[in-house]
Amino acid sequence: MIIMSVPRFWRKQIARYNLVGTQCKKCGEKFYPPRNMCPKCRRDGEIEEYKFSGKGEVVTYTVIHTAAEGFEGQTPYVLGIIKLEEGPSLTSQIICDAENVKIGMKVKPVFRKLGQDGERGMIYYGTKFVPESTDKC
Amino acid sequence: MRDVAIIGVKNTKFGELWDRSFRDVVVEAGAGAVSDAGVVGEKIDAMFVGNMSGGQFVEQEHIGALIADYSGLAKNLHVPSTRVEAACASGGLALRQGIYAVASGMDDIVIAAGAEKMTDVPSPKASSALAAAADREWEGIMGATFPGLYAMIARMHMHKYGTTSEQLAQVAVKNHQNGQHNPIAQYKSKITVDSVLKSIMVADPLHIFDCSPITDGASAVVLAPADIAHEYTDTPIYVKATAQASDTIALHDRRDITTLDASVAAGKRAYEMAKVQPKDIDLVEVHDCFTIAEICAIEDLGFAKKGEGGILTQNGETAIGGKIPVNTSGGLKSCGHPVGATGVKQAVEIVEQLRGEAGKRQVDGAEIGMTHNVGGSGATAVVHIFSRDR
Ligand SMILES: [Zn+2]
Repeated sequence: MIIMSVPRFWRKQIARYNLVGTQCKKCGEKFYPPRNMCPKCRRDGEIEEYKFSGKGEVVTYTVIHTAAEGFEGQTPYVLGIIKLEEGPSLTSQIICDAENVKIGMKVKPVFRKLGQDGERGMIYYGTKFVPESTDKC
Repeated sequence: MRDVAIIGVKNTKFGELWDRSFRDVVVEAGAGAVSDAGVVGEKIDAMFVGNMSGGQFVEQEHIGALIADYSGLAKNLHVPSTRVEAACASGGLALRQGIYAVASGMDDIVIAAGAEKMTDVPSPKASSALAAAADREWEGIMGATFPGLYAMIARMHMHKYGTTSEQLAQVAVKNHQNGQHNPIAQYKSKITVDSVLKSIMVADPLHIFDCSPITDGASAVVLAPADIAHEYTDTPIYVKATAQASDTIALHDRRDITTLDASVAAGKRAYEMAKVQPKDIDLVEVHDCFTIAEICAIEDLGFAKKGEGGILTQNGETAIGGKIPVNTSGGLKSCGHPVGATGVKQAVEIVEQLRGEAGKRQVDGAEIGMTHNVGGSGATAVVHIFSRDR
């Protein structure tokens, strides 16, 4: 089992590494994960790249004890939905002691390893989040 | 559009069926339903088979033809057979396609089946296959699991409405209570709130007993135009509504994390089509892939106000004998959840109830029943309403 094929991951690598999404120039709505079709304006919309600040807050979260394949070494890990200050929400891990996570907690992004295909397989990197108050990151 | 009736039904046993193959269980369900209807093979115009992931569970695609073949409907009769996929809502959607075929006048006798053989692969592989119902690129890659997504719904529901782990556990307790009277159920053991709360944590706040199991099984129904249903059975059950709705594939894009808007939309469409209201429904089979999913479902379908599903459950109103019996079959939790079969199994349960053949789990005087089948974390919802009266 591999988490994701190399070309499939690479295709969205900038979006994953740097929180680059898109926005619709017509209505101003911003999208992360990126979308190429604005759900509001559809074919009338005009999509361009948009780099997110990564500042946001925790909408909801869970502590995963039974991991997804490729994530076994990380349990328990905190998975959350983060609402970015520019509007959209995304799913990511929150690096934080489970007992300290709170709904509404402010977070900021960090570049981290996401997962790995076995011991010698590909390592996937991307954006996780830490509490805004964390200094070392 | 023609009225449609269900004239035959069959569920196989649900569980870890080590000695049975995928095609074995589908053929058993299909043949059982056809025999229940008293239909001969030559009369069958078409079949639709709900199956989420034959490719991942048994490395088999081309499910439609395979099933027609092993049902003896391919080589001589060449009956058209179509596989339908919408993750865990595949079965409900196969049923809906069958209803379309009959309602349109294109076909008369149609089989709608659903099946999944999940235990031929190790359970991590099965979990991984199920995770494909979520967004692999933006949820799965971050380490999201299915229990994890529903756990985030549960966490939010608790935060917003004060729903408790005990109320979630009560869903599982009630469904096991019902399931013990269902001959096909995977788990017939009674459980307690305490045993749910003490079971291992899978994704906080969901324990393993908050989750539906991995299951093999198949279900089938036979559909016919209502006008000729009495030629086959004295107790046709009529399809009063079929409705379906979509929402965002990823949970993080939803309008509200605690509401499955697809369930709300499909429910609303179904009520309008059947010209009934929630208070008219005598029993409902909802998609309790996790305990929190049942709480959301009874709210989203209008049986409880948003946020009050936990209280309704705690007060026993969703048990048999309560205001609105929910999941008399034992639900996905106790009866089992062979993903492609579930949506059809729900219809089989409602038909048995409306015929008055549900034995110890019978809801007295049941006239109108509903099914609610969800794909993924809520990106697809399929709702049906059935009635004894045309
Ligand atoms: Zn737009």
